[in-house]
Amino acid sequence: MASVTLDHLKKIYPGGVEAVKDVSLTVPDGSFTVLLGPSGCGKSTLLRMIAGLEGISSGTATIGERIVNEIEPAERDIAMVFQNYALYPHMSVYDNMAYGLRNRKVPEADIAARVNEAAKILSIESFLKRKPRELSGGQRQRVAMGRAIVRDPQVFLFDEPLSNLDAKLRVQMRLEIRRLHNRLKATSIFVTHDQVEAMTLADQVVVMNAGRVEQVGAPLAIYSRPASRFVAEFIGAPPMNLLRGTITAPGVVSIKDGLRLPFDQSAFDAGIGQTVDYGVRPEDVAITDMPAANGATEPSHSMTVDLIEELGSNRVIYGLLAGSGFALVTRTGIASADRVAFVLDPSSAHLFDGESGMSLRHAV
Amino acid sequence: MEKRAIFDNKLLPYALLLPQILITLVFFYWPASQAVWQSFLIEDAFGTSSEFVWLDNYRDLLSKPDYYASMLTTAWFSAVVTFLAMAIALLLASMANKQISGRNAYRTLLVWPYAVAPALAGVLWLFMLQPSLGVLSKLLRANGVDWNPLLNSNHALIMVVLAATWKQISYNFLFFLAGLQAIPRSVIEAAAIDGARPMRRFWTIIFPLLSPTTFYLLVVNIVYVFFETFGIIDAMTSGGPARTTTTLVYKVYQDGKLGGDLGGSAAQSVILMAIVIGLTAIQFRFVERRVNY
Repeated sequence: MASVTLDHLKKIYPGGVEAVKDVSLTVPDGSFTVLLGPSGCGKSTLLRMIAGLEGISSGTATIGERIVNEIEPAERDIAMVFQNYALYPHMSVYDNMAYGLRNRKVPEADIAARVNEAAKILSIESFLKRKPRELSGGQRQRVAMGRAIVRDPQVFLFDEPLSNLDAKLRVQMRLEIRRLHNRLKATSIFVTHDQVEAMTLADQVVVMNAGRVEQVGAPLAIYSRPASRFVAEFIGAPPMNLLRGTITAPGVVSIKDGLRLPFDQSAFDAGIGQTVDYGVRPEDVAITDMPAANGATEPSHSMTVDLIEELGSNRVIYGLLAGSGFALVTRTGIASADRVAFVLDPSSAHLFDGESGMSLRHAV
Repeated sequence: MEKRAIFDNKLLPYALLLPQILITLVFFYWPASQAVWQSFLIEDAFGTSSEFVWLDNYRDLLSKPDYYASMLTTAWFSAVVTFLAMAIALLLASMANKQISGRNAYRTLLVWPYAVAPALAGVLWLFMLQPSLGVLSKLLRANGVDWNPLLNSNHALIMVVLAATWKQISYNFLFFLAGLQAIPRSVIEAAAIDGARPMRRFWTIIFPLLSPTTFYLLVVNIVYVFFETFGIIDAMTSGGPARTTTTLVYKVYQDGKLGGDLGGSAAQSVILMAIVIGLTAIQFRFVERRVNY
């Protein structure tokens, strides 16, 4: 196993399009790192640069102790699982898995042992003789994984491997990939645009946007302390509520129409007069009784309900707050109403700079 | 519920099929049946009388050594031209499939020879290889080769093979290029990561995945050499010298049109037809079985 280090990596296509802009990143030995971002953010290009399928315009990529910029994909000691599986259609499942070993002149007896072991791990033993076209999507996915694990490479690369599966199978394969990683402890880099996949699989999430790394961190850290407005909006479903306003007093952001929202002044580097985006996650908003009923003992807010999404385990209530869309998640609460009241906990508020979009939270 | 237009008129389908049926009848079944009928007849040199002789024409044909010589020439000729035209086209298509600048121009230029009529292609190469005037002949002579396709039968064969191959490369190139483009890039990338060097990648992944295209072209090329090279041979060598470039189809023409042996010529046509029907049947069976992975 090996770590992967990227140092000021850039990809500029002929014609001047910069797909990857100055990415520096360390994937620790044995970690499961997920590159997460919207389509076109450069995450797949970055993965393909690590694999050696795309050239590196500048910067260095290191796998283990070796700088691999000029090294052929075959010599990088990596294995890749592709989105469309990329199985060799004219070969049996067994031959698909054996192909990489045969290219490396591994004795047939060893190949048989390794293929059979991998097949056992992935429970594909019963169709080793079949051709890929005779398999279902989930089975093909397993074969693609099997082809990667028989090679016992330094690094596993996954390029959106679950996006061609239906929703139920995706959840199942997600669990299996994580289980496999817990068992093999192989350094893995996984590209996805699905935040749930990222949150559930990763030890380390790398959120990318427009060719740059926005934030690197453990899934929970990224969720609870997003480094920028982009990350805040991209992680979490429904996305974080964001309201533009100005700090008018310590711990108070004034939005328009006299709406004043609280935040924990000690946690942020923000001064009076600064324009900020005030963020709060829908699941951090606590629903309360209407002010008229509780005698307005607590500072609460209310909004007109526009739509309620019933999710079974909870419901999402959408409305308008000071002219902006605002969502909140409640487990119990109203099933239908015209207005809803809620309180905001200052400690669950996020503040982002109005211009740069960067988080104003103190570094820990 | 199947959504399909239903016409009550029982005659309409026949009316729609009629033009195709008529064309096939007039241009294929009628001449073909004429050939079969003729192959059972012997006509006198002036075409005034004919006699029904059953299989005498076939018996006569198969007892003559020059028919076997012509068969051998055709077999050799078609094997060499098919192999060369396909191998060169595959090489060119593999190159054209790479990410190179100006590849569209390159592709377009490679397709042009297909638009040249066989007889013209023959004349073109004939000029270049003409013993006393040809550009290439001069080059060969300067290098000590006594080039003379008019007298040397090997030279004549090489010349015909060159022209026939050159003409067919474009067609093969187009199909190979389309075939190569249909192979998913990720499969080739997967093979690269799996440690296969370019040559090994080609023979273990690309070539097997191209096999439906290759097989289709194999049949088409053989049929091409059997029939369409007539123009090239007629323009370049007229079957000579000493009948060494007389292929089966050229012999049909020689014996029938020039030799006046209509019955024998018809018998040869029927044999040729049988060969092509056989090839086509094999192709259909094979393509149905192997075209989809």
